[in-house]
Amino acid sequence: MERPEGDVPAADLPSIIELSPDEVRRSRSDALTSAGVVRKADKLLEVRGLKTQFFTADGIIQAVDDVSFDVDYGETLGLVGESGCGKSVTALSIARLVPDPPGKIVAGQILFDGIDVLSLSNEAMRKLRGKEIGFIFQDPLTSLNPTLTIGYQIGESIREHMGLSEKAARDRIVELLAKVGIPRPADRLKDYPHQFSGGMRQRVMIAIALSCDPKLLLADEPTTALDVTIQAQILELIQTLSSEFGTAVLLITHDLGIAAGMCHRVNVMYAGRIVETATVDDMFENPRMPYAWGLLDSLPRIDDIRGAKLRTIEGMPPLLISPPDACRFGPRCRYVRDVCREDEPELTVRAGEGHLARCWATEPGGWIS
Amino acid sequence: MATNATVLEGRLAKPKQSAGLWSDAFGRLRKNRLAILGLVLVILLLSAGLFGPIVAPWDYKVQDLQAIFANGNRPLPPFSPGHLFGTDSLGRDLLSRMLDGARISVTVAFVVQIVILGIGVPIGALAGWFGGRLDNALMRFVDVIYAFPDLLFIILLSVAFRETAFGQALDGLFLVFVAIGLVSWVTVARLVRGQILALKETEFVEAARAIGVSDRRIVVRHLLPNGISPIIVAVTLGIPSAILAEATLAFIGVGVQPPRASWGSLIADGEKYVRGDPHLVLFPAVAIALALIGFTFLGDGLRDALDPKLKGKQ
Repeated sequence: MERPEGDVPAADLPSIIELSPDEVRRSRSDALTSAGVVRKADKLLEVRGLKTQFFTADGIIQAVDDVSFDVDYGETLGLVGESGCGKSVTALSIARLVPDPPGKIVAGQILFDGIDVLSLSNEAMRKLRGKEIGFIFQDPLTSLNPTLTIGYQIGESIREHMGLSEKAARDRIVELLAKVGIPRPADRLKDYPHQFSGGMRQRVMIAIALSCDPKLLLADEPTTALDVTIQAQILELIQTLSSEFGTAVLLITHDLGIAAGMCHRVNVMYAGRIVETATVDDMFENPRMPYAWGLLDSLPRIDDIRGAKLRTIEGMPPLLISPPDACRFGPRCRYVRDVCREDEPELTVRAGEGHLARCWATEPGGWIS
Repeated sequence: MATNATVLEGRLAKPKQSAGLWSDAFGRLRKNRLAILGLVLVILLLSAGLFGPIVAPWDYKVQDLQAIFANGNRPLPPFSPGHLFGTDSLGRDLLSRMLDGARISVTVAFVVQIVILGIGVPIGALAGWFGGRLDNALMRFVDVIYAFPDLLFIILLSVAFRETAFGQALDGLFLVFVAIGLVSWVTVARLVRGQILALKETEFVEAARAIGVSDRRIVVRHLLPNGISPIIVAVTLGIPSAILAEATLAFIGVGVQPPRASWGSLIADGEKYVRGDPHLVLFPAVAIALALIGFTFLGDGLRDALDPKLKGKQ
């Protein structure tokens, strides 16, 4: 995995082996082969023009507005942005878990492993969830049912999707618990969630998410509810297991430090749209969108002067009820000009592999070079 | 990770098995004196219902005519030889009749709750889980039943079916079960709906959906066990209302057919003699009161024990 130089915040990253992009690609395809992942399509996940809206009393909230991206087999893609910019709704849309009502996917196409997810019947979708698409939620404390044992909850997905015998299912549960680093797994099957610490519960959640060998893992801020030392362990666990199983990961986070440590590519989302997409190297060395600079700049650094104020991006993300036809970041942007207020920029090509950004100022001929 | 785990494994003793919800709740219940009093009364009532007719000194329908004649054709007073609670005007042993009545009360108490749960839980769960129009339709139906006078409905039903085979089944008791059940399920339905509504927004439900658990399984395995405490409390507190409803029906002559008698019909029979022989009314009335107190205390205690957060807030 590559680790960007220079601007990278040094704090709290899991230990990472330095690799060149080519080595990464090779090691990924090796991992896929050894994990037995079969490519059925060009990309594992193709999201095209996804629009998810919430119909509320105040108006239609355009939570995800024309979002397109790909996730390759075995790739870890970061989805980064502030709260309320549509990251979680994007992930929920992929698994078709957007609460309806009030939410609805109104347009777009989601191809998962060659399957058109949005045209599946509810029953077929249910069979895909958990089996092919795993989901890790933000808060392990509330994502486990307090009245059911850990063993039952891990087994639920296995029994639902894999059709194993009781004995084989039990063996698999114990194996999974051991894999996620729970001591004495066989003794803990009959324990209830309250008998586990927060970090241990997140490990259980990971075991549940990976229980059927999914091809895609949607991790929605998997470490936000955990303290920093546990964060690092959990991230390392997700990284190790996803490469062992050849699982692609869509990692949602607001912490660019985590994205830097974990991801191959990063998408930055703002106000329901993708505003920049790049490899993790390009994103950190040469971000082409003022919002991305803001995010990078607001990370605390180890060499900050003690007592210095933390840097923030002034203002709040806009309400998504009737977004204007203008750059959505404009009102908070230091470099804003008239064109930004009159026309919304498109995602256009920048230097670097697959590097796109949505910004008038950094386009060729713009006023920032 | 694995090495850490093995090191830890060696050092840590196996964590003490947690007591779990039920024994925790029982521990709290045990500290509540009124609840224990209630539990004792309930156990007494249950054993009277189960074993009463076996230990009863007389058969409930046998008349001790000699004793009555000796007493000038009047009911025997309490503490008469052979009749601890005395007899009624026909010379039937009151204690034995009350023990048989206990069996009726216990049966009513539990069968009615089963009817209530059988109707209320599925309807409440359907309404809460699916919401929208189904919820609206079901809950308006519930409102209608709520608004209808209970007793009037039960009496109408009982009178309408009294002469049919359905009305005669189990000495007329079957009709009582159904009639009381049909008006009482609405409370449980509302309660279950509320529980499901509150719980279906929780993250563990979302997590269960995210691994592809079916709706039915989510409701049955994830939601109902989490919402069971208030249901248990409602059932425990619903038992005294059912006993009372049965007694009321029996008092006005609907329900169990003579010569069998429930506590309500004993009171109705004794009412004519209340001036000279108040014990004929007093003993069954006290029995009803004790049964109601028992279940009510136990129900209150269970509520506190099963939901410690609620305690002191009411």
